[in-house]
Amino acid sequence: MTGERVISAKGLAKRYDAFEAVKGIDFEVRSGEVFGLLGSNGAGKSSTMRMIGCVSRPTSGELRVLGMDPVKDGSRIRGRIGVCPQFDNLDPDLTVRENLYAYSRFFGIPRAKGRRRADELLEFFEIADKAHGKVAAMSGGMKRRLTIARALINNPEIVLLDEPTTGLDPQARHLVWERLHQLKRQGITLILTTHYMDEAEQLCDRLVIMRSGRFVAEGSPASLIRTYTQPEVVELRFASDDLRALAEKVDDLGRVEVLPDRLLIYTDRGNDVAARVRDRALGPSSVLVRRSGLEDAFLALTGRDAR
Amino acid sequence: MTTLAPSPSRVRAITSRNISALRSGPEYWVTVLSGVFEPLMYMLAMGVGLGSLMTSGHWTVDGKEVSYLQYIAPAMLASAAMSGAVSETLIHFFFKLRYQHTFEGMLATPIRPVDIVAGELLWALIRSAAYIAVFLAVIATLGVTTPARALVVFPAGFLVSFAFGALGMVVATRLRGPQDFDAVVVGQLALFLFSGAFAPLSRYPEPLHTLAALLPLYHGVELVRGTAFGHLSLALAGHAAYLLALGVGCLTWTARRIELGDD
Ligand SMILES: Nc1ncnc2c1ncn2[C@@H]1O[C@H](COP(=O)(O)OP(=O)(O)OP(=O)(O)O)[C@@H](O)[C@H]1O
Ligand SMILES: [Mg+2]
Repeated sequence: MTGERVISAKGLAKRYDAFEAVKGIDFEVRSGEVFGLLGSNGAGKSSTMRMIGCVSRPTSGELRVLGMDPVKDGSRIRGRIGVCPQFDNLDPDLTVRENLYAYSRFFGIPRAKGRRRADELLEFFEIADKAHGKVAAMSGGMKRRLTIARALINNPEIVLLDEPTTGLDPQARHLVWERLHQLKRQGITLILTTHYMDEAEQLCDRLVIMRSGRFVAEGSPASLIRTYTQPEVVELRFASDDLRALAEKVDDLGRVEVLPDRLLIYTDRGNDVAARVRDRALGPSSVLVRRSGLEDAFLALTGRDAR
Repeated sequence: MTTLAPSPSRVRAITSRNISALRSGPEYWVTVLSGVFEPLMYMLAMGVGLGSLMTSGHWTVDGKEVSYLQYIAPAMLASAAMSGAVSETLIHFFFKLRYQHTFEGMLATPIRPVDIVAGELLWALIRSAAYIAVFLAVIATLGVTTPARALVVFPAGFLVSFAFGALGMVVATRLRGPQDFDAVVVGQLALFLFSGAFAPLSRYPEPLHTLAALLPLYHGVELVRGTAFGHLSLALAGHAAYLLALGVGCLTWTARRIELGDD
């Protein structure tokens, strides 16, 4: 990445009463980059996003956004960024179009320009047919699109997207991905959190994985996959329920993981391992070799158990 | 940051959002209209109904004898100014703050807490101003005041709205939930009944007398009644100063509280 530095954090921490949600993180984001924050529920992603968005005050550490201090220059920074929060906070007293227009006024955008921009965004996110309806009459996925549209009203330089596609149907998700790619092509910096590994893999240039308020890994999707997991996975399904016993019979072939319905063997020679499994006559009902993905790396780093 | 002045253009943006919200449906208008009818009904029930049973001579303002209806009418103006402001900054503000997350959305933009406080207060004042105008017409019809004096009564009523609008916001940020609205209703009724609207405070026994004299609405009632009857005195300046100080104090406190209330 060659862009200039637009966000930098050093020892950034956030404490809520006695609970420390973010425990001193260091990172930099460069202009034009798509930077992803991944992590399990409660890892501290939203807390981090809210500090960058200048709506939550860091407890300690240093944070600069667009060269300014969020505590002192919050209003000015917010004028140049766009925020799609994890939970929609659209204005229920206003129509869909008014939501965008009123927001444009909050940014001090002139009336005519605000109206034009509102209409463009309604088209861009394919919700123009709802323009004059109430927000309450929209489906969850449409509200989500409106929230993302609203984040773009001021032509922001940085857009913070906290789980932008949660609750979207596959078509809507693809629409949002495509729009985010368009923003990326325009050189807009995107900070994204998501629980969808395919989304992170295809959108993010670089990502960090958070766990209990700390970063546990950082890099491009490809380098994380390379570093934290084997390149290939052999998935074995059996008619038998006693997967643990079967796991012991293949554990010399690579790292084995027992899932409720199948065994996974991580390896750098998938076909070879698959052949050796067949030789052992364990009678799997199916054997599948696939490339590892970000999800495998993520699970290796954060564990499978939901906490 | 809180000490910074609100930005006029952002306050205007908030007002324009509130005007758009007016078109959202009839619910809002029901609230707005009920705020005028309540004190009007009290005025008719007490002033005309009860008042017809009262022997004359009891009711004087500044030594001049007035009818009971005339006695209470300016107090109803003060009360309408209060309830218009409080309905906006206490009840409506509370919902915007806690349930609709309206301010959360605004605060992700260049809007600052101090702009919201100013914008919402301005909106409350606009609503109260409409109430005051209605009651000015009423008390002028009753012969309590003249069009010339109305020019002084209006700002007096406005000051009452300002003080209560700001006080309402303080309460709104302290409420634990809608269950506290019952307490708010009783509190507002207590103010209404014991602030010298229906009888001079001198008729109350101690310690009720002293207590009532501390209530903000007492100062509002005295200020509006005094200006309505054209009786300008130093005491009125005292009442005005009380209301001004209350309003400014509450505003400062609220702006600080929203600013820090991020988590
Ligand atoms: N306002 C708050 N007050 C107290 N604790 C909070 C507050 N906000 C978040 N937390 C706590 O901080 C931790 C991190 O929360 P955060 O919302 O940042 O997680 P997250 O990574 O965004 O999770 P999710 O994937 O569920 O959205 C959680 O344990 C949460 O309970
Ligand atoms: Mg979150």
